Amino acid sequence: MKSNVDNAKPTVADFTSDQEVRWCPGCGDYSILKAVRKTMAEAGVLRENTVVISGIGCAARFPYYVDCYGFHTIHGRAPTIATGALLANPDLDVWIATGDGDALSIGGNHMMHILRRNVNCNIVLFNNAIYGLTKGQYSPTSRQNTISPSSPVGSLDSPLNATHLALGSGARFVARAVDNQQVQLASILKAAHEHKGASFVEVFQNCHVFNDHVFADFTARDKVADNQIQIENGEKLLYGSEKEKGLRLDPDTLELVACAAGEGVLRHNSTSRTLAMTLADMDAGRPVATGVLYNNPAPVYQNAVHEQIAMAKRRRKTRTIQDVMNEGYTWKV
Amino acid sequence: MDNPNLAIADSNRQERETIVVRFAGDSGDGIQIIGGQLGLASALEGNDLATFPDYPSEVRAPTGSTFGVWAYQLHFGGRPIKTVGVEPDMLVALHPAALKTNLPLLRKGGIVLVDIGSFTKRNLKKAGYESSPLEDENLKDYQVFSPDMSKLTLESVAAIDLSKKDSLRSKNFWALGMVFWMFDRSLVNTCDWLRAKFIKTPLLADGNIAALKAGHAFGETIEASGDMAGYVVPSIVMESGVYRSVTGSETIAWGLAAAAELAERQLVFASYPITPSTPVLHHLAKLKDLGVVTFQAEDEIAAMGAAIGAAWAGAFGATASSGPGIALKQEAIALAVSAELPVVVVNTQRAGPSTGLPTKTEQSDLYQAVFGRHGDAPIPVLAARSPQDCFDCAIDAARIALTYMTPVILLTDGFIANASGPWQVPDMDALPKIDVRNHIETEGFHPMQRNPETLARVWPVPGTPGLEHRIGGIEKDFETGHISYDPKNHQKMTDIRSKKIDVISQLLAPLEVDLGEEGADVAVVTWGSTYGPASRAVTEMQANGHSVAHVHLRYLYPFAPNQHELMSTFKRILVPEMNTGQLITLMRNQLCPPVTGLSKITGRPFLIREIRAAILTELEAVK
Ligand code: SF4
Repeated sequence: MKSNVDNAKPTVADFTSDQEVRWCPGCGDYSILKAVRKTMAEAGVLRENTVVISGIGCAARFPYYVDCYGFHTIHGRAPTIATGALLANPDLDVWIATGDGDALSIGGNHMMHILRRNVNCNIVLFNNAIYGLTKGQYSPTSRQNTISPSSPVGSLDSPLNATHLALGSGARFVARAVDNQQVQLASILKAAHEHKGASFVEVFQNCHVFNDHVFADFTARDKVADNQIQIENGEKLLYGSEKEKGLRLDPDTLELVACAAGEGVLRHNSTSRTLAMTLADMDAGRPVATGVLYNNPAPVYQNAVHEQIAMAKRRRKTRTIQDVMNEGYTWKV
Repeated sequence: MDNPNLAIADSNRQERETIVVRFAGDSGDGIQIIGGQLGLASALEGNDLATFPDYPSEVRAPTGSTFGVWAYQLHFGGRPIKTVGVEPDMLVALHPAALKTNLPLLRKGGIVLVDIGSFTKRNLKKAGYESSPLEDENLKDYQVFSPDMSKLTLESVAAIDLSKKDSLRSKNFWALGMVFWMFDRSLVNTCDWLRAKFIKTPLLADGNIAALKAGHAFGETIEASGDMAGYVVPSIVMESGVYRSVTGSETIAWGLAAAAELAERQLVFASYPITPSTPVLHHLAKLKDLGVVTFQAEDEIAAMGAAIGAAWAGAFGATASSGPGIALKQEAIALAVSAELPVVVVNTQRAGPSTGLPTKTEQSDLYQAVFGRHGDAPIPVLAARSPQDCFDCAIDAARIALTYMTPVILLTDGFIANASGPWQVPDMDALPKIDVRNHIETEGFHPMQRNPETLARVWPVPGTPGLEHRIGGIEKDFETGHISYDPKNHQKMTDIRSKKIDVISQLLAPLEVDLGEEGADVAVVTWGSTYGPASRAVTEMQANGHSVAHVHLRYLYPFAPNQHELMSTFKRILVPEMNTGQLITLMRNQLCPPVTGLSKITGRPFLIREIRAAILTELEAVK
């Protein structure tokens, strides 16, 4: 954000609060915190213009650990508080830290609407597919048959695809990252921060206490190469340890299918929502796509709101509430 | 109508102190428009008045059906008018269904004006009449005028180049013309209004004016024939000033915008559509040039969240809803209690529970406002008594919220929101500023710092260098503002939140007796829109020599500082409420003389005589 750049470049330490971090040691949240602080420092933003808003859950403790303005609100409602704050001050640089229960279950409605309105903010979804703070119940992103205290013989609900939800809601920036892939995570957060409008970043985050290794099939060191495809705008959709595999479009099914690197591999175009949807669809048998899936900016909501106000002011320069009350039919006694 | 036949005026017109007229017809009949015009004409004749639209919940019911009848009632007269009147003196029914549904309200002996042209077989059947009520005993107790208004309207506009449909649409003004004759109102202003309204389609103005004049002339022929001479209504001396007609929704909206101006803060008003609260959003959405931000949120919770977020970022945050919506907002209101942020929450109450009777009025959300949150989460609760009072109450609510950094609930109701009456336009320069500053001092800052006298938390606004801080719904340490799970600190913070209410109570305007004297045998104590009928009932009882007083409460939580003292002077207290006795419960928390409730939950306001009867019973009990 332009208005929010400090000349003397701040450091990660400047965004580190005096509060002791209270996540379980080894939690994936630590690396997200590190990447966010790094993004703030590298973007050179002003601490006083930077805001972190959260709801409830493990992820929602995030604001306490960043030395800027922070509001730890109520379950699922961070997008509403953020929208209000941005209506009051459209220039604030707002981050929303949220979890899968917070963003997709109790706060699902608000998530949908902050995305479609395109309120300028950065939404980081800590997706660990479990309720951590309440000790391990299955969440809206848990895979079917998840064994948990509230589903002792396995959960029945089919999981929600967070990226699909974001794209379906009309989000203009949608990305996926993995907590322990620091370099990629930082670059995605940087792009999210640079994007004007609602940026949605789903981070696959390991909760080793209640849902350890749930994403290991595509995030474990020996699985990344073959089961994850890290995409870049304009680059070919290649994966495998030697980038020997690729994805091409099957013209009959309109699905992405695996192929050899030479066989008409598709290039990623991050302005195509159709491609982003298809990339987000991949699971068993095809690599899980991470990176910036969709980046196609549109006008920013809070700016448009204030533009309408500015326009109304230009049209009727001097009207006051006194004038409003005196307008229309009045009579003197 | 009190004192019928008060005096015979110069002409043969009879003088009446007040008159109640009720218009009824289909939603497309322009009932509200002619009602409004009669209101304006009456105000210009020097009457005080009150009006109320009575409409069904169906948006567009089939024409001519009984469940689709719209009505508009107007009470005007030569004394302060505090209710929309009990029994109409005149009913204007534009079709059979309108007659069928509204006739039972009419005073025996009252005047009925119907359009015989609309009494077709089909319309009679839709209204559920076996045969025409004009031809049987149905109307024998009334004075009936049944011209063929449709035909007469067509004739009156024949010279004007209008389609038949447009010509017929002037029928409401024909009826209004007749009513103007009946109560001796001038046509001039309505003609001007029509010309201004149809400035781009002058033929429509001409048509309506012609119909208006024809209706008036019809009245004159009745007079000439000696059947009836109509009425005159004396004028009343109103305080001098500029007046206009307002509804409670307008005054809430303008009050919030005025408060923002007095506080020199941007108003961020977030709300979700709900009957009967929505018009507040409509009115504020028209004030963008004043810098008002309106936000139609995805739901009630989001509206509350946005108001809180805006307050946190330094704006004046406000929201409005009705009972079911307020229930959804309560979790977030408690966050505003915990984070000590100023927001005004308007509840336009309606008949509940659940969807209840969404277009009907009730005052049954007082418990919800005072007690309806989780945890110990006390907040101030105010109630407005009339459309005119909403403006002052909105500013008052904002002043309390901003001065003490607390959410405030302001209660109105469906009746107040939709009713209208003449309002003396306030002078903004005469209103005291709301002087609340953002905190900027970095020295020794922490987010839970507070003013030792008002106990108000500081207001450190994002964007201010050096005041970066974190707050939220977790308990905060009194000394540092950091999150704290310390038991003693939680006790202390809970005590502070409760003490803040005590501080506010001490600084509220003292309660005064509205009518009558301290120490009266019976005091009628009211809140909200029950003010009107109670005030009138007490006036009437006083005129009969009874020792009765009226005390009206704006502050419901906390009570005004002297309330207990004042209440203790009366022998008995009567509390009429459109609920099962919610204010009484609050009053009983303070020791006070015997309190009797009078409860009415029909979706309709109290009748004056119902309150009078209850006062009589209380007076008996004193003896
Ligand atoms: S419970 Fe899981 S998500 Fe929560 S802090 Fe511990 S490891 Fe992290």
